[in-house]
Amino acid sequence: MMELVCPAGNFPALKEAVNNGANAVYIGFKDDTNARHFAGLNFNDKNLPKAIDYAHQRGTKVFVAINTYPQPDGWQRWKHAVDRASELGVDALIMADIGILDYAANRYPDIARHLSVQGSATSYEALRFYQQNFAIKRAVLPRVLSLAQVRQLAEQSPVELEVFGFGSLCIMAEGRCHLSSYVTGESPNTCGACSPAKSVRWEKTPRGLESRLNNVLIDRYDDNENAGYPTLCKGRFTIARHTFHVLEEPTSLNTIELLPELDEIGIKAIKIEGRQRSPAYTQQVTQVWRQAIDHYYASPENYTPLRQWSEALTRVSEGAQTTLGAYSRPWQ
Amino acid sequence: MKLSLGPLLYFWPRQQIEDFYQAMIDAPVDIIYLGETVCSKRRSLGLAQWLELAQSIKRSASDKEVVLSTLSLIEAESELKTLRRYCDNGEFTVEANDMAAVQLLSEKNIPFSTGPTINIYNAQTLAILHKQGLQRWVMPVELSAQTLADILEQLDNLGIKDQLETEVFSYGHMPLALSARCFTARAHNLAKDQCDLKCIDYPDGLQVTSQEEQKLFTLNGIQTLSGLRYDLFNELPDMQAMGVDIVRISPGSQQTMRLITAYHEKINRAEITASYTVTDPCNGYWYGEPGMLQNA
Repeated sequence: MMELVCPAGNFPALKEAVNNGANAVYIGFKDDTNARHFAGLNFNDKNLPKAIDYAHQRGTKVFVAINTYPQPDGWQRWKHAVDRASELGVDALIMADIGILDYAANRYPDIARHLSVQGSATSYEALRFYQQNFAIKRAVLPRVLSLAQVRQLAEQSPVELEVFGFGSLCIMAEGRCHLSSYVTGESPNTCGACSPAKSVRWEKTPRGLESRLNNVLIDRYDDNENAGYPTLCKGRFTIARHTFHVLEEPTSLNTIELLPELDEIGIKAIKIEGRQRSPAYTQQVTQVWRQAIDHYYASPENYTPLRQWSEALTRVSEGAQTTLGAYSRPWQ
Repeated sequence: MKLSLGPLLYFWPRQQIEDFYQAMIDAPVDIIYLGETVCSKRRSLGLAQWLELAQSIKRSASDKEVVLSTLSLIEAESELKTLRRYCDNGEFTVEANDMAAVQLLSEKNIPFSTGPTINIYNAQTLAILHKQGLQRWVMPVELSAQTLADILEQLDNLGIKDQLETEVFSYGHMPLALSARCFTARAHNLAKDQCDLKCIDYPDGLQVTSQEEQKLFTLNGIQTLSGLRYDLFNELPDMQAMGVDIVRISPGSQQTMRLITAYHEKINRAEITASYTVTDPCNGYWYGEPGMLQNA
């Protein structure tokens, strides 16, 4: 049965995930060792043991993301994160950096290692590298592959595969995008931040509501438009005097209709994006996906997504619309 | 310190590519990287033609090193097939731009180098890859001089600094991101499947500005490059002092020869006779700042 892996940015969100049927939750430390290094988010040495206990007592696994890339001056911090998580008995470490994977594999061989989506492995040959060198158990696939490509990869994958099922959509191959550091100095790889909040400025002007990132104009909204967070790849920019969403429109990924295909391909786990979202989001999304997965396994041949699921998911989607992303050919 | 010409990131017609590299035979670069690194649909030259070009450069300029550079984002089985042929070429060193290439090369014990899209952020990673056959690495563009100095010091402590060559992307639009989507096709309202190979109309990429006309990005098919041009000309003495081995210039359709000459003169502390103009330079990354900034 496919595992449902849900995001928890704090203890209340973790409780919601556990209580609504997540098979595993994934969390991070309160620093730049993980890809959601946001103010007010994540776990510290004090509440992490309690969170792990809470999940384990209810049969839910805990994965810890240590999935950014340490530079020399940060090496000790990343190492400490691996030590701390391992000592507390988490069920898996989610990592991207080759040096950190190596450290974890040598020091804590019994703690499962997952290759983070930030590791950016998009082929079975790349996965073989991480499997042979660090004995990874599982890999999370970047959201750049079509369903046909995921199928091809899965046929020869040396490790379990986890794919994203729902949440905000990275338009770029994860782990290989420096757009954010180019404009703000901080990127997912270096700081666990993309288009960081401290660089954001909103301004009401006669020309509309403007969103800026380190002073660069990302978008400008009319009164009747919904303003979205100024993530760089989702801005409205100009090419040859034509202004539009040059890279991507604000949408969320939703693959609930693909459950049968993903299961048939042999995908081991579905990941829900959104550690930066509220406990209410985690509650809503976990509940819907739990129902969908149970519904599917109860009668695989008769699976059709219920309308109330899509409605519930759409309500919590960024940009209030959803897409199949790279899984569908037209998107590519 | 050596000078290299990075792989051509843009899509040019075959004749233009051949003319460009014909001219480069006389350029004072020590290393030339050849191959398609961005999009597998671009077929001005196939691997056979790249190899012919590589051989002809070697024949005309035997002191130059020629390296084959591989595709940066591998999505399809057909791309893996091509990648295997690059790695098995048997004649030229290969620059891996994706971990699939690292795997194919290391499992056959073929020494290799890595390009800027391989995530190497610390000396531990370099040491592990070095054991797999890594001989040379290009630092990810977002890293600073300080981080590089720290890494080099660590390599020294590990006793492998002399066994690894360090290359720095020093001039050109910086490769910032890769996607499954084609942004050049999108700008033309075309599906990626039916892109008409529109990239060929943009020999130096397609410029994206903010709504305030600030240069932001340069679209190059599935690749997003910086809007401004990285230019570390004034930082060349610093690089020499810290022990950088190779300085990389990224090819463009204009003034590449003059750039190379000026860089070459600066590295050799000669009088600068070649001039080039950069109207939109940046060097923020080198100083640990947002990449788009420019320090005088």
